[in-house]
Parts: sequence; C-alpha cells; structure tokens
Amino acid sequence: MPDIVAYLIEKNLVTVGIFGVVLGVVALLTYGERKVAGWMQDRNGPNRAGPFGIFQVVADGVKFFAKEEFIPDRANKWLFVMAPTFTFIAAGTIMAVIPFGDRIVVGGREILLQIADVNIGVLYILAIGSLSVYGIIAGGWASNNKYSLMGGLRASSQMISYEIAMGLAIVALIMDHGSFSLRAIVLDQAGPIWNWSVFTHPIGFLIFYVAAFAEAGRIPFDLPEAENELVGGYHTEYSSMKFGLFMFGEYTHFTLASGIIATLYFGGWTIPWVMPPETPGILWGLLSFVVFWIKALFFVFVFMWVRWTLPRFRYDQLMGLGWKRMIPLGIFNIVLTGGLILAFEAWGIAEFTIGIFIAAIVLTGLLIVIFDALSPKETRATHVAGSEKV
Amino acid sequence: MAADTVAKKKNPNDPFRKYDLTLAEKLYLPAISKGMAVTLSHFFQKKVTMQYPEEKPEVSHRWRGRHVLKRDEYGRERCVGCQMCELACPADAITIQAGEVPPERRHLHTTERYAVIYELDMLRCIYCGLCEEACPEAAIYLTPFYEFVEDSREKLIYTKEMLTEKTGGPIFYKD
Repeated sequence: MPDIVAYLIEKNLVTVGIFGVVLGVVALLTYGERKVAGWMQDRNGPNRAGPFGIFQVVADGVKFFAKEEFIPDRANKWLFVMAPTFTFIAAGTIMAVIPFGDRIVVGGREILLQIADVNIGVLYILAIGSLSVYGIIAGGWASNNKYSLMGGLRASSQMISYEIAMGLAIVALIMDHGSFSLRAIVLDQAGPIWNWSVFTHPIGFLIFYVAAFAEAGRIPFDLPEAENELVGGYHTEYSSMKFGLFMFGEYTHFTLASGIIATLYFGGWTIPWVMPPETPGILWGLLSFVVFWIKALFFVFVFMWVRWTLPRFRYDQLMGLGWKRMIPLGIFNIVLTGGLILAFEAWGIAEFTIGIFIAAIVLTGLLIVIFDALSPKETRATHVAGSEKV
Repeated sequence: MAADTVAKKKNPNDPFRKYDLTLAEKLYLPAISKGMAVTLSHFFQKKVTMQYPEEKPEVSHRWRGRHVLKRDEYGRERCVGCQMCELACPADAITIQAGEVPPERRHLHTTERYAVIYELDMLRCIYCGLCEEACPEAAIYLTPFYEFVEDSREKLIYTKEMLTEKTGGPIFYKD
C-alpha cells in the first residue's frame, strides 16, 4: 500500500512541478516575444513595469481579466465559451509525454522528470497536438462571424496538410531509433554530438520544423488569424480572458513544439559526450532539466526570430508547399532513410553516423536538381499568381 | 514566344524580371537565411528609442515653444499693449486689453500704455512665431521650453503673470 501512496505523491509532485514550470515559462514568453520583437526592430521593447519590464506579464494578465467579456449576439454560447479552453487544454496536454529531464534516484526510489513515459509517446504527440485545432474551428464557427469561420476553416485545412508531412518526417525518425517512447529516443541520442537526430535526419528535421510552424499557427503560417485579410481570424469576436486563453494556448503550443523538436532532433536533455550516470542524483536531474530548457528555448527564440523576419504565405502557396513539396520530400526521406539503414548494415557499419548526414544531403540535393531540370520552367508570374500558366 | 526567349536573356539578378526563377529562388531557403541574418543583425544593434522622461532630446535654441514676455534692463515690461501680435496671430490665440498706466505704477512700464489683460491660449497657438516677428517692442519671444501639460483647457490659457519673466535684462540675439 505505501508503495502506491508514495507513487501517487511522487507523480503528483512531478506533474504539478512540470505544469508550473511550463506555464511559468509560457507566461514569461509573452513578455519575451515582445522584447525580441522590439530588439529586432531597433526598439527596447517593454521596459516600464518593474526591472527590464518583467512585470509586463502581470500587467498583461490583469488587463485581460479587467477587459469587457463580450459574447456576440447570435453566437453559440456554449461552444463560444468552451473553444478557448479546449485549445488551451489540447495544447497543454502535450507536455505529459515530453521528457523534461533524466530520472533522479532519491532514497532508492527512481523518479522520472517526465509526467508519463508512454511507449507510444510520439503517436500521442501527433494525436493530441492536432486536437487544439478543434477549439479553433469551434471558436470560429460559434462566433457567427464569416471572418472567424474562414479562420477556423483555414486552420483545419492547414492542420490536415501539415500533419501528414510531420508524420512522414517522424516515420523516418522512428525507423532509425526503433521506439515510439520519447525517453528511449532521447537515450538513443546520448553520446557524441553527431548522435543527435538532426545530423542523421537533416531532411526530416527540416520537414518537421516547418510543419511545427504550421501546426502552431505561427508566422509564416498564421493564416487562421491573418490580420490584414480576416480582421483577427478565429479570435475576431473574442475578448478579455477568452482571447487570452487562445493566445496562451498558442504560446503553450509553440513552446511545447520547441521542446519536442529539442527532444526528437537535438538530444533532449542529454549533454553531448556526457553519458547519463547509473545512479543520477538530484544535481544531475536539475542539470538535465536546465539543458532541456536551454535547447527548447533556443527553438522558441527561432520561432520568434522567424516571426519577425518572414512575411505570411498566401493560401495557395501554403497548400502548394504542404502538398506538392513537403509531402513528396517526406516520402523520399523515408525511402532514403530506409535505404541508407540497409546499406550501412550491409557494409557492416553498425552506427548510423555522420556519413548518413552527407549522404542524405547529397541525395536530396540531387533529387531536387533533377526534378527542377525535368519540371516545366516556372516563371515569376506563375510563382506569384499560383497556378496560371504564362 | 519570341518575346519569351528575349526576356530569358535578361539579367538574372533583376528581382523584377519576368521569367525563369532560379533553383535557389524556388527553394526559398537562401532568401530566408538572408532575411534571418538581417533581423539578427538588428537584434544586436544599438537601440534608437529615446527613453523620454529620463532622457530628453536636445532642441535648438530657436525651437518655438512656450512664450515669454520680456522685461528690459530696468525691469520694466516691454509690452506696451499695441496689439500687433494679436493682429498677427493666425490662430487668434492672443487676447489683449490695453489700458493707461496708473501714475503710481509708471516706473514699471516703458510708456503710459500697457496690456491690462494679456491672455495666450496655448491650445489655440500653433507656435508659428508670427507674434515674435510682429512685436515692435521685442517683448514677446518663443522659448525652447515645450513641457507644459495640464489636465484641463482652462489651465492652458496663460495669463500675463504667467508669461512675463520675473527679472529683466538686455535681449541677446543668439544667431
């Protein structure tokens, strides 16, 4: 009996701890985003509330709660109220399987710095990660506003298109690591830096990263909320904390997406050339936790960096990139990875090493050059206007 | 068709050319990395924002801000209430009521005529400086002082007491 009690206490502590840390980081990121935006535009960003403007987070939160809560006249009230919550919950649930750190051995008990080490963790991420779009569609539809509905529709079709590319990128990754468990994938990447999947799956990483942008609905794929076309997209009619939840959900989504990228492609909590010890203490646990966040926050920064660099895609360009480029490339990546694994086994090279990086880059480059030579000449006019032939 | 082949020969570096994207352009990636480099360089650049209340811009001494009514070397009011500035003012911001100087205050004025009321509506004023140019007595000047904010319109109608400087002296022309 006490075993179960101890287990429950331990799991609850870990869950609450991770939840708190993630929400804290996400809250700070709303400030971080504005700061990064400012710096990239030669401004200072918020710097009035508290030291370096850090209390801007509090000010924003208070503002959200103090604003008028508006529900449109003929909106579907239930769905309208539930939609932001659903988006936020679906985005936040992803954190359950992300390995935030290594295990800690305390008093003979082994505590995992991860809410649940599910053996189908990657599938769980794919399944739950795209659920948040339901909140967006529901919110867009329930608003009884054509712009909101358009935003919701765009979000759903974008999610469907890029989900496939993301899945294809992951298939190649799973073929290499041989497990769906995120912890197993991380442990497989421990050791020298070229063990990181980004070096063995450069093409897969590219596809996954671009798809992650689309999934999180960030610029250049933020068509669901394209301000200059759809007013505010799916959150046009939302105000006060309901809008705040939508925004918070988006931030949670891309923070966790960064965590997933760090986990799948950049070794998660592992430190290059350092193997995790047999009986890890609390210090090692903390270190792995910090290393994970350093990697994840770097990708968060790249998310922001891209946001303040690239313009938004046009809708047909978005679909063209998803279906005509990313998905074929993803399929090619699977074939390539499978072939290279077989070839390396046949040549007796056990480790899937840096050679595969060069091979993948060269072969993919070759493929792109051949396809470019074979395909009809694309003019700037057709490129800009979509499908019409000049 | 012939026109197409001619256009193909044009400079590939011209971003407005009509035909044939290069492979690099179709891949987006080189252009994206170029753009990312630009934004990152700005990320580390010195910021141009002036932290206003703490840090103030240096304005020219000819800046046309709040007005001042001058006194002469003997501390007498230069303004004689001639209403030239009132006439010159394109925004009708100045209201003057002239009167005769009482004998006991004669030493405070240059002539027997003076402005009994001199009101300047700082909200109407467009800070054009025409009053300064119109003044035959060199009595009104615009100063570089620009921070005069109030919470009501009434408080921004400046009276003669608020505008007149406390001590007199010769006028120095700085330029």
